Amino acid sequence: MSLKKELSLTFFRPELESELKIPYIKEGVSAGFPSPATDFMESGIDLNKELCKNPLATFYIKVNGNSMINAGINDKDILVVDRSLEPQNNKIAVCFIDGEFTVKRIKTEENCMYLLPENKNYQPIKVTDENELIIWGIVTYVIKNL
Amino acid sequence: MYALVDCNNFYASCERVFQPQFIGKPVVILSNNDGCVISRSNEAKDLGIPMGAPEFKIRELLKEKNIKVFSSNYPLYGDLSNRVMKILEGFTPNVEIYSIDEAFLNFDGMSVSDYHNYGIQMKSRVQKWVGIPVCVGFAPTKALSKVANRIAKKFQDRTQGIYVIDTEEKRIKALKWTKIEDVWGIGFRLRKKMIAHNILTAYDFTKPQHEAWIRKEMGVIGMRLKYELEGKSVLDLEPIREQKKSIATTRSFPKQISEFDDLRERVATFSAVCTEKLRKQKSCCQTIIVMLVIDKHKYESQKYYFNKAVTLPYATNSTLTISNVAISMLKDLYKGNEGIKFKKAGVIVTELIDEDKKQLQLFEEENPKHLAIMKAMDFLNTKIGDRKVKLGTQNLGLTWNMNQNHLSPRFTTRFNEILEIKCH
Repeated sequence: MSLKKELSLTFFRPELESELKIPYIKEGVSAGFPSPATDFMESGIDLNKELCKNPLATFYIKVNGNSMINAGINDKDILVVDRSLEPQNNKIAVCFIDGEFTVKRIKTEENCMYLLPENKNYQPIKVTDENELIIWGIVTYVIKNL
Repeated sequence: MYALVDCNNFYASCERVFQPQFIGKPVVILSNNDGCVISRSNEAKDLGIPMGAPEFKIRELLKEKNIKVFSSNYPLYGDLSNRVMKILEGFTPNVEIYSIDEAFLNFDGMSVSDYHNYGIQMKSRVQKWVGIPVCVGFAPTKALSKVANRIAKKFQDRTQGIYVIDTEEKRIKALKWTKIEDVWGIGFRLRKKMIAHNILTAYDFTKPQHEAWIRKEMGVIGMRLKYELEGKSVLDLEPIREQKKSIATTRSFPKQISEFDDLRERVATFSAVCTEKLRKQKSCCQTIIVMLVIDKHKYESQKYYFNKAVTLPYATNSTLTISNVAISMLKDLYKGNEGIKFKKAGVIVTELIDEDKKQLQLFEEENPKHLAIMKAMDFLNTKIGDRKVKLGTQNLGLTWNMNQNHLSPRFTTRFNEILEIKCH
């Protein structure tokens, strides 16, 4: 076991491609009282960083349909999908089942798994050996145009 | 220790990430302009689709065998390739991107105790994060890691897609198994010579009795390859080639062209695309080449390839200058060939130098206004997309990529083309 721990090294390289705008502080040579905010300058909020924890594994997907309305996913919403996350009970996942993509909540029970819609007009899907299922990625955020 | 990581049937795999219904089904990818087959899934290989086959020749076969055809979607492949390479950088900082779907990795100075296991971790992370299957070959040298990768790929069910050459016994066995034409750097012509000289496998290549002959035929490159196959590392990771030495934009026409005005439009467009790439890598070129090709089967016994080059007194990356020069060369090439149908044209810029190392010329210099115009044009084209801002000599309706009848969306690089899924 100790060997395995040693093996899972992860190297982090500086991100050189995305542009980060650093605020320009103009207070440099003023003769008056320097701005007390100068020491507290921060670089603004970057939604790319906040909504996309692992950009290498993140994809954007557009939803057509209403089966997940009660989970806050409406028609034409954009999903932020992270493929690196492990599927877990209660997570909302993009699934590829029997030749088609869909979005559903994962429900695991002993020896059994369901894909649950969040709209009472739709039926849960019980996943059996007959089904061909790929859990494509885990939905982490929903982007809506209001 | 080195590793070669190679994506399996990369273009076909990229398409399958967003269209998983084609996993396990035969898939082929066509070259730019839907000309010929450039990538095949294993299933398509098994059905006997040859690499490089012209699409029109196998159209019936593709239909009959129900093979899924895609036009090449380089924005998609480029983005997924980028992600794969960055994931690999999480396993070692020493990564040489060798091509769009291959990378050499080096692990010197790292304490990896079980390479097979490390390879499995690499393979499963790339598979999970981006959905691309890869094979990994580990060995003490780059040339041997290529050999190891081949074994991993060929015997995936037994190797789990990972093969490590870490003993003398494995090395010799691997070399005996590897045909000479499959050795890194042995092309078609060398293969013929090798076989005539009774070198049939990589192992034969390393035999002492062939050393003098290899030195004579291949020089220092051959000796390096021999050392590498013997397990003595002489090739390091190459630093990333940031700049290309020349940039070429050449295309076959979907319909052959004989009118000068039509040719001029194409040459202007190729110049614009070429020059845009030049500015993107912050280079200027000194020499411009224009080439024209006619159908050699149609006009037998005639010269079928025409080209002309001009070296400018100053280096430039202005679309205006380069397309003007290219068009004036086209005029010369066209003279005397009126009425002939051309099937292909190209613009090549070469003798590249850094934009900021450009020397000031005493007598002749480009109009400084060009720089500002180009900046504005690039800005607008990046913002609007699809190269909407063009020269007057270009046709506003035509694009430079003409036939793409089987193109999938640019799922990862265009917001209006992202994957759409039904939520029923």
